[in-house]
Amino acid sequence: MNALRKNTKAKVPFSETAIETFIRLCGISSIIFVFGIFFFVFREGAGFLFNGLDLGQFLTSPEWYPTSLSNKRYGTLALILGTFSVTTLAMCLAVPFGLGAAIFVSEFCSPKLREAFKIIIELLAAIPSVVWGFIGLTLMNQMIIKIFNAPIGLTMLNGSIMLALMSVPIIVSIAEDALKAVPDSYREAAEALGATRWQVVYRVLLPAAKNGLLAAVLLGAARSIGETMAVLMATGHSVNIPTGPLSWMRTLTATIAAELGEVARGDEHYQVLFIIGILLFSITFIVNLIADLVIKGIHQDF
Amino acid sequence: MEKKGLMGYFVIGITVAFACCLGISGCSPSGDGGGTGNARKQFTIKNKGSDTMVNLAQAWAETYTGISQTASVEVSGGGSGTGVAALINGTVDIANCSRQIKPTELAQAEKNTGKVPQEFIVGHDALAVYVHEHNPLDRITINELAEIYGENGKITKWSQLRITHPECQSDKIIRISRQSNSGTYFYFREALLGKTRDFGLGSLDLHGSKDVVEVVERTPCAIGYSGMGYATEHVKMLAVATAPGESYYAPNLENVLAKTYPIARPLYMYSLGEPTGEVKVYLDWILSAEGQKIVEKLGFVPLVNN
Repeated sequence: MNALRKNTKAKVPFSETAIETFIRLCGISSIIFVFGIFFFVFREGAGFLFNGLDLGQFLTSPEWYPTSLSNKRYGTLALILGTFSVTTLAMCLAVPFGLGAAIFVSEFCSPKLREAFKIIIELLAAIPSVVWGFIGLTLMNQMIIKIFNAPIGLTMLNGSIMLALMSVPIIVSIAEDALKAVPDSYREAAEALGATRWQVVYRVLLPAAKNGLLAAVLLGAARSIGETMAVLMATGHSVNIPTGPLSWMRTLTATIAAELGEVARGDEHYQVLFIIGILLFSITFIVNLIADLVIKGIHQDF
Repeated sequence: MEKKGLMGYFVIGITVAFACCLGISGCSPSGDGGGTGNARKQFTIKNKGSDTMVNLAQAWAETYTGISQTASVEVSGGGSGTGVAALINGTVDIANCSRQIKPTELAQAEKNTGKVPQEFIVGHDALAVYVHEHNPLDRITINELAEIYGENGKITKWSQLRITHPECQSDKIIRISRQSNSGTYFYFREALLGKTRDFGLGSLDLHGSKDVVEVVERTPCAIGYSGMGYATEHVKMLAVATAPGESYYAPNLENVLAKTYPIARPLYMYSLGEPTGEVKVYLDWILSAEGQKIVEKLGFVPLVNN
């Protein structure tokens, strides 16, 4: 075996190095892209960020008047609270369903059913966000008006349901992997001690896989924070500090999506949108970093 | 030996794939009129801009592409600002705009391309104020609209407009507006509030002319504004008066042409420099009786003297 490998290596050095270089480039490119994007976003926003923007107002004022003729105000408090509240509510809806589905798929269902489930969950992940947004704008809007007797259905609840449906597939697949990573010897040991199936899940698997499950939830949350189109359409896109699930609101991402297309390049408003981009980048970066550190925790455990 | 063969194919495959990618990305932008339908036409007029005008521009483009032997027209929307930005970058031939171009944009276009955008008024649009079809309200004044939409406005409930709205139990007026950069938003704000007052926060800022009507249609408590051409059977358009004592005018063709309806505005097209060749022929056709007939058909108001 060793001799054979040596042999081929000696004979085809070119293709071997070519492939190796190619794969290496692929690997490095993603790092370059991330830093490139961060650099670009930062460069576009930096001018106004360090020279002119009232950072206190930016972070603490709910008044977002970027196109006012008399008094421009760039306060993103309502948008920040919007992003966090819609994400939190979405996670409250998605986490029980996502983790429950993951436990079912990994522990309780037959192999055939498991395959079917996985395909369907992947299908759920493949639905474009604009389709979710459209469902929110039309179907869910009317349902919320009818069920809750609300004045309008384009609300935080509507956006959260859409986000929950979008992040459930991520939570399920990562959480299932985490449960699968728990060695079978744990299950066998628990069963040998006379634990019921539920006790095995509750007392053994969940504690053992807790890092992976937490990572699943955090990645689902990162997906929700970054999501744009669905929340743009479903939450009402209104600069309003949300007071409950039935209030209409706006998120950071939706603001960029709705307004960036129509600002003049280099304008103050344009730069402020990029500063929002920096803010979002930082938030997602922190969430992903926590998720990463937590995943690392799994490997140390086993 | 066999392994070497496989490796060889792999490398060739990757190379070919790369070449294809480069080829595709390198060629497509310059392929003028390369689409299947336009294969015979030599010239493609690129047209982009106002969301209000996108249906109109599309109808013009389709009819014109059918008639013209030599040119076809590509239309995309995105908003007035988007169209002007594309004009400034020199990527479109004509920008559609539901507001007048700003002096800063003119200067930028001249600096970037060396040409001054030329303005054409191609029709008029009346902004209709929409409410749900079961809303008992029929008419409204500009003042009342200003108090509903303006910053620190005093009217927040339907009962303040002297009506009881049976299907809106909360009595709360849900304001539907547009995203803060659309030409419609700018025009409506200026018509209602002048240049110094802003819209109040907390309105639902939707992302298209059509969405506004769609949401009002499904929301009993809502009030919204959008182009007259977007009306459907399930929404009601209010008659508008400039002040409480004045008479109310419905948004229709006669009232807009007679300039009695208070919230009507011209629709613009901008070309980069004095239009020449195919672009000029197209703009002339739009301003002709034939082009203006399409304006009327889509619910907008045609130019008077054609």
